[in-house]
Parts: sequence; C-alpha cells; structure tokens
Amino acid sequence: MQVSRRGFFKVCAAGMSGSSLVAMGFAPTAALAEVRTFKLARTTETRNTCPYCSVGCGIIMYSLGDGAKNVHASIMHIEGDPDHPVNRGTLCPKGAGLLDFVHSKNRLKYPEVREPGSKEWKRITWDEAFSRIANLLKEDRDVNFVARNDDGVTVNRWLTTGFLAASASSNESGYITHKVVRSLGMLAFDNQARV
Amino acid sequence: MALQSLDIAKRSATSTESPQARKTPQVAKLIDVSQCIGCKACQVACMQWNDLRDEVGNCAGTYDNPRDLTDQSWTVMRYAEVETERGLEWLIRKDGCMHCEDPGCLKACPSPGAIVKYSNGIVDFHQENCIGCGYCVTGCPFNVPRISKKDSKAYKCTLCSDRVAVGLEPACVKVCPTGCISFGTKEDMHERAEERVAELKERGFTNAGLYDPAGVGGTHVMYVLHHADKPGLYSGLPADPAISPTVSLWKGITKPLAMAGIAAAALGGLFHYVMKGPNDVSKEIEAEVDKELEGEK
Repeated sequence: MQVSRRGFFKVCAAGMSGSSLVAMGFAPTAALAEVRTFKLARTTETRNTCPYCSVGCGIIMYSLGDGAKNVHASIMHIEGDPDHPVNRGTLCPKGAGLLDFVHSKNRLKYPEVREPGSKEWKRITWDEAFSRIANLLKEDRDVNFVARNDDGVTVNRWLTTGFLAASASSNESGYITHKVVRSLGMLAFDNQARV
Repeated sequence: MALQSLDIAKRSATSTESPQARKTPQVAKLIDVSQCIGCKACQVACMQWNDLRDEVGNCAGTYDNPRDLTDQSWTVMRYAEVETERGLEWLIRKDGCMHCEDPGCLKACPSPGAIVKYSNGIVDFHQENCIGCGYCVTGCPFNVPRISKKDSKAYKCTLCSDRVAVGLEPACVKVCPTGCISFGTKEDMHERAEERVAELKERGFTNAGLYDPAGVGGTHVMYVLHHADKPGLYSGLPADPAISPTVSLWKGITKPLAMAGIAAAALGGLFHYVMKGPNDVSKEIEAEVDKELEGEK
C-alpha cells in the first residue's frame, strides 16, 4: 500500500483527534449496559427430591419450553427448593451439580443384567427385570426359608437374600418397603443412606 | 438493546459521571468464615448458574480445587492450615470478587463500558466491550479477574447480577448448606455481622471482626473473620487493600497532564500556522537545488 506524505498526516490527525475525544469521555458507544438475561424466565418448573442421600433435599428442575406439544423438554437448570422444609433452598455440592448427573453419558437409563459367568451387561425391559427379580427371590426363598429353628420355635426367617433400599424414599414408600421385606422374612435389610 | 434493569454508578474509561435517576438499595454478600465447612457447594452452584465448566485439575496435596481462580471458576475455596494461639486451625475462605465500592479494575480499565458498577454496588464485566488487555487483573487489589484463553476476555464473579436484577439472591448464597453465606442490603449484612462477631467473641475469639476494608471504600462482599486482626492468615487476604499507586497515578494525574500536553501541541501547531504559515519552499532554494542536481549529472 502506498501512503502519500499528505495521506499519512491525515491519518495521524484523525487518529489523534479520535483518541483524544475518547480520552475526554466522548465515547462513541451509548452509555448502556445490561445484565445477562435471566435464563429461567419462562422455563417449566418441576419439583422433585434429590436422588443422592437420605436427607432428601427438595429441588426444582427448570426445563426448556412451556410444555407445548412440539417442544421436547430438557432439564437446563436445577436448584434447591426454597419452600422445602428439609433444605429450604440449600444443597450440597453433589446436589448443586445434579444437572451434570442428569445429562451424564454414564447415567443408567434402563435396567441391565449381567448374568452369572457373563462379562457383558445386557439391556432388558422393566417387565423382564421385575419378573427376573421376583422369580429369583421366590426360587431362593422356597429353598432356604426357615419356618422353625432346631428347637421347633417358629422363626420365619430367610437369611440367604438381602435387600438394599433407596435413600430418598418418602415415609410412605419407606413404610411399604419395610412391610414387604420383613413380611417375606428377610433379615439383611439396609438402606443406602449416603452416596 | 434492552432497557437497563439497573442504573450504572460508574463506568470504565468514562470521565463523565453517570447520572443516577433511580435509587436502588445497596446489596452485599456476607461470608461468615467461621461457619464454612469447605464443602464447595458454592463453587458448583456458581458454575451451574453461570454455565461454566472448568477443566478437571490435579491434586496439589490440599483440598484447593481448582488451585486458583480461573475464567471458568469465579469462586474457589482456599484452605489454610495455620498455627495460632488456639493451636492448629483450619481456616477456609471462599475467594472471589469483593465488589469494591471503589473498584481498582474499573479504574484501570481503558475500554469504555467494559467494567461497570451498578447503583446497587455490583461490579460487572461486559465482555462485549472488553479488549482483553488485562489491566483489570493488575488493577485489582485482590487479584481476582482472569483472562479467558478461549476469547481473550476478562471474567470474574458477577455477584449473579442477572439474578439480583430480578430480585433473587446469588446462586452461591442460595445453595450454602451451613448458612455461612448470607445476602441482603449492606445495612442488614452489617447487622448480621455484628451479631456473629459478638457470638464469636463470647466463644473466646477475642479478635473476631468484620472485613469491610476502607482502603477500597468498603466492599459488597464482606467476611466475618475469627482473626480479624490478621486477615493474612486466611490464604493471604490483604490487611489493607488499596488501588495500586501506579494505577492511581496513571489514571489520576497522568491523564489530564497528557491531555494538556496534547492540547498544547495542537495549540502550538495552530499558532505556528497562523504566525509562520505553511512551510513553503522558496523559489531561490528550489533553483539552487535544481542547479545542484544538474551539477551531479
């Protein structure tokens, strides 16, 4: 590019006057600034319970769209539920990071089975999973249930199978789980109170 | 551009004061260091709200993770093991932007509107105006802003200005499970701090106090410290932070001096033009030069 002597001076003068104007506060941009747009304004709010530990904190899941027919809702933010008596909006670091747990590639979304001797996890349907569990429980209980002990005292116990219940169950589901498990005679019964 | 939801009190590289037609209450975040268990829920909530995900780092033998503030981690927990007269103490401080009343970053910033201070006290960066020069990093008395390697813009805690603008509390405040972080008007936070300081003193922390440093005009993020006489114990919290004299000089006296210099040069040029006129080459000199050139040939 060829710049003449005259052109060079023109450019210099324009640059100097421009920068002087800015330095004196006559900025060319409008004196406006806006905060980032509130990202939850029209999301759908759904209440839920944090799935991690037995504290059972209330959460609100914010999902994309307003539930209209053509919208595929996707959770885009999760926060503590301020109206929940357990946590009143607070969460632990794991609960605070639930969004990444929901969208994790490693998240288990359907029942899988690894049969004895196999190295592979095989996807099965919920019906298959329930039937399989029920059949295996019954088989084992039919063989190993102890109605009376050696002294002839009624004990009704089933020692060969254990049950690990969920942590974030409500009182009602906890009560029912307890009734079902104990009425089967199962003694090894615990809950996963922490993760 | 949408209408402003918050009035602007100060604006970087702008010498004219922003007129403030509306009065908004001054907000503040109070971090009671004595109640913090270092769970990092605030760090996670910050990333979730602001759509940030830092790279997975490595362990340096402490719980500090990440080890420093980054453009993706606007707040980090700093864990300090210190020996005091009470024995070994584990002092955990949530580090991040202090939202100074007199922000060093804003003073140092040369780009108009890249850093603004809203009338409610929040200091916010506007990346669309940021030129990535890094002056804010130098200007900050707390070493908080970080330049992103992806877009070369400066980032730091916004005090969730988007949440506060619609009447919500910042994400870290909401999530805190021990109630160590609280949020409200600056006045209410002062009252809350007084209560906590009194409680701590009762429990034997005679030097407990509030950290709201006057050197930067007070801050909108304040700490309750059990050792307020020695803020340095808390991973190097400055005892008396102030804007660096270099920044004050450069943006203070140097600017009008330089302006005067530019004006004097322009004025001098004008006077020269009026008195001496354009620098013409006289006909005699031209003839002489022509003669010399002919002689060379």
